[in-house]
Amino acid sequence: MIEILVNTLIDNSIITAFLFVGVVTYLSYWISKNLTAGIIHGSAIAITLGLILAYAGGLYEGGTRGLADIPIFAGVGILGGAMFRDFAIVATAFGVDLKNLKEAGMIGALSIVLGVILSFFIGAVVAVLFGYTDPVSITTIGAGAATYIVGPVTGTALSASADVIALSIAVGLIKSILVMIITPFVAPFIKLNNPHTAMIFGGLMGTTSGVAGGLAATDPKLVPYGAMTATFYTGAGCLMAPSVLYLIINLMF
Amino acid sequence: MVIYGVALLSFCMIAGVFFGELIGYLIGVDANVGGIGIAMLLLIFIANKNSKNLKIDNITKSGINFWNAMYIPIVVAMAAKQNVLAAISGGWMAITAGVLVVILSFLAIPFLYKFVKTKES
Repeated sequence: MIEILVNTLIDNSIITAFLFVGVVTYLSYWISKNLTAGIIHGSAIAITLGLILAYAGGLYEGGTRGLADIPIFAGVGILGGAMFRDFAIVATAFGVDLKNLKEAGMIGALSIVLGVILSFFIGAVVAVLFGYTDPVSITTIGAGAATYIVGPVTGTALSASADVIALSIAVGLIKSILVMIITPFVAPFIKLNNPHTAMIFGGLMGTTSGVAGGLAATDPKLVPYGAMTATFYTGAGCLMAPSVLYLIINLMF
Repeated sequence: MVIYGVALLSFCMIAGVFFGELIGYLIGVDANVGGIGIAMLLLIFIANKNSKNLKIDNITKSGINFWNAMYIPIVVAMAAKQNVLAAISGGWMAITAGVLVVILSFLAIPFLYKFVKTKES
């Protein structure tokens, strides 16, 4: 009986994922309403719950894709993968006011470049404080502080060691997860309530997953503006980190 | 028809990702450069053209709006597939770097916003 049920869930993986997310969302909104009196938004709880389950999945299965490594939750990996995430992000652009976008275009572009530089140097400084002295490792860890894609791309380009590349991914993952969790709480203090700030936020943070999750739990109407700048960030980081930024680090060490 | 909306969305995404890959290739970067951003701009452009000669009717719109509404559920699934274990087992250096980057970037947002506002006025 159980085996038949498990096989049914595995064979219909994406449908199982729809059911799973529906149940998690229902539970989260229930918790939001009954345990936090609506103070913490249901989506914020759902995302946090997702991350906790991902941690549990990682402990249980020992893979790299959180809960999605457990066979019956394989569909969660597809539904939550880059393809569907990006598809839904593009869909949020439907209904965006072209005027807002034009007004904030320059500042958006500026914030991407500043965001890469800021994250890179914070990561680089921490690497130095923790005892790294070779320019390749420092650059790779700095790049990981941009996003967990910029890290390994840069590390591979500069032939950094596998340990350092793994570390750069970990830095990027921490950043992305933190942005997902704390954005809704910080939003009122940094006036993250309008398209302009959302574009600056996307450009400075740059992690598409972090920005996507953080804005979803703050105000879904801001998603397209933040996502717009964030999706250019990884490209900018992959361009700048192994070239200009590496040269600067190389001159210093 | 609903499929027209879904197909339009798909067209924008494929076109955007293609151009993102192309830009990456041309500037010699092993990454997609802004593909999804380009896809979003394309959809916004088409949607704003809509009123004149190209009509997007309500049923077609519902094909796009469904995926818009699926955004948060997809983000929840995305959270559930993150490699949280690797993030935490990265040790103190990864945690310190990650936490500092997030805090300082958040602090930089109001500054950048003010800088822009004073320049504009």
